[in-house]
Amino acid sequence: MAITVLKRIIKAGFLNFKRGGVVSWAAVLVVTITLSVITLIILLQAVLHFSLAQIKDKVDVTIYFTVGAGEDKIMALKSSIEKLPEVSQISYTSASEALKLFRDRHSKDYPTIQALDEIGENPLGGYLNVKAKEIGQYESIANFLKSGSALSLDSASIVDKVNYYQNKLVIDRLNTIISGAQKLGFLITLLLVLISIVITFNTIRLTIFISKEEIGVMRLVGASKMHVRGPFMIEGAIYGAVATFFTLILFWPATAWLGRNMTNFLGINMYDYYLANFLNIFAILLFSGIILGVISSFLAVRKYLNK
Amino acid sequence: MIYFNNVSKVYRDATALEDVTFTVEAGEFVSIVGHSGAGKTTLTKLILSEEMPTDGTVFFESINVHKLKNDDLTKLRRRIGMVFQDFKLLPNKTAYENIAFAMEAVGKTEEEIASDVPHVLELVDLSHRMSHFPGQMSGGEQQRLAIARAIINQPELIIADEPTGNLDPVNTHEIVQILKKINDLGTTVILTTHNRGVIESINKRVITMENGKVIRDSKHRK
Repeated sequence: MAITVLKRIIKAGFLNFKRGGVVSWAAVLVVTITLSVITLIILLQAVLHFSLAQIKDKVDVTIYFTVGAGEDKIMALKSSIEKLPEVSQISYTSASEALKLFRDRHSKDYPTIQALDEIGENPLGGYLNVKAKEIGQYESIANFLKSGSALSLDSASIVDKVNYYQNKLVIDRLNTIISGAQKLGFLITLLLVLISIVITFNTIRLTIFISKEEIGVMRLVGASKMHVRGPFMIEGAIYGAVATFFTLILFWPATAWLGRNMTNFLGINMYDYYLANFLNIFAILLFSGIILGVISSFLAVRKYLNK
Repeated sequence: MIYFNNVSKVYRDATALEDVTFTVEAGEFVSIVGHSGAGKTTLTKLILSEEMPTDGTVFFESINVHKLKNDDLTKLRRRIGMVFQDFKLLPNKTAYENIAFAMEAVGKTEEEIASDVPHVLELVDLSHRMSHFPGQMSGGEQQRLAIARAIINQPELIIADEPTGNLDPVNTHEIVQILKKINDLGTTVILTTHNRGVIESINKRVITMENGKVIRDSKHRK
C-alpha cells in the first residue's frame, strides 16, 4: 500500500510539474540562479584556495650553517626538526650544492665568479629549508630553534643565522591577510547562499500560493496531509533536478571561456578544474537543489494544510 | 445523523448563525433555504469543521466534529461528499483524475479506480469528457463532475452548497434530479439554495433561514 501511495505521489508530482507550464519553468529559473550562485562560489573558492596555497608555498624558513659545519651535526638537527608536528617539508642543501647553485645563478656575473675563484675555497655554508604546514606555525619552529631542545644537540655553534626573524613582519602580515581572506570568503559565501535560499523559498511559496484553493479542495475531499503535500515536494525536487541540469550546462561554456581567457589572471584553469571536479559539483548542486526544492515546498504547503 | 445544538457563529462584529438547533435523520433530503447571508454556507462549513462555532455543538452521529484531531477530521470528511456552487474541482487534473484523486484519498486500489471512475462518469453522463480538464467543460458539466466526485466513495452524507447557483434552468433541473436519485438510493442529502423553484421541484423537508436564525422547518413535507 505504501508503495502504491508513493508511486501515486511521484506520478502526481511529475504531472503537476508538466501541467504547471510557465509557473514551473519560472521556479526552475530561480532555482537555476541559486545553483549558479553556489557553483560560482565553488569556483571562486577554488581560485582563493589556489592563490592562498601559492602564497603559503612561497613562505619558508631557512637555517644557514657556518662554513665547515659538520654534516653529521646538521643531519642530527634536521632529524630533530623533522619530528616537529608543524613541519611539512624539510630539505638540505649542502655547502657544495649551495656553491654550485650560486655559480649557476651568477654565471653571467663575471666579477663575482672571478672573486669566487680568487678565494679558492668554498665560502658558503650549507642550509636547511623548512616549510611549515600553516603560516602561523613558523614562529613555533623558530622558537624551537632558539630553545634549548635544538641547542642540546650541540648545534648552536653550527647555525649561522635563521632568516625567520628578518622575514617575520612579512610572514605575520601574510598570515593576517590569508586568514582574513578565508573569513571574508566564508562570510560572503554564507550571505550569498542565504540570499539565494530566501529567494528560492519565496518563489516556490508563490507557486504554491497559486494552488492554495486546490490544497483546500484536496483536504475537503478527505486527502491526508501527505497525499496533498507529497506531490508538491516531488515537484520541488524536480525543480532542483532540472535546475541542476541547466546550471551544469550553463557553466560548461562559461568555464571554457574563463579557461581560455582568464587562466593567467586567476592562476588556475577554470575549465580543467570544472571538468576534474564535475562529479563533485554535480553531486553538490543536485543535493542542494533537491533539498532546497523539497524543504521550500514542505514549508510553503504547511501554511494551507491546517484546515 | 446530524445534530445542531444551539449553535451560534459570530465573525468579529457580524452574526452569521444565532442559536440554531435542528436534526437531520439518516436518509433524509433536507433543503436549507434563505437569502444570501442568511447563514446557509456557514452551516455547511460547521458540519465539515471548516469553521469553529462560537457557541453550541455540532454532532455527526455521536462525534462532536469540532473536537476532532486533524487525522480524524480527514476520516470524517471521507464520509461526506461535498458539492459547491463554484464546483471546486482541481483545475490541473482531468475529469478522470479529479474523481480518481478522491478515491486515492481513501486508499482505493488502481483496479477499483479503473473500474469505478468510468462507471460514475457514465452515471452523470460525462463519459465523453473523461480526459477533459474542468476549464474545458461547461458549468453544468463541471457540476455533474463535482457530484460524481462527491458520490464516488459512497458517502453517508452529501452536502450540496448552492449547487445550482451558477447554472441555467436546464442544468439546474438535471442536477436536482441527480441529487434526488442519490437520495433515493439511501444517501442523506443536505442542499442549500436560495432558489424557490428548486425546493418546489424537490418537494422534501425545507429549513428556512433568515439572518442566521431558523425561522421555519417543514418536517411534515415528506
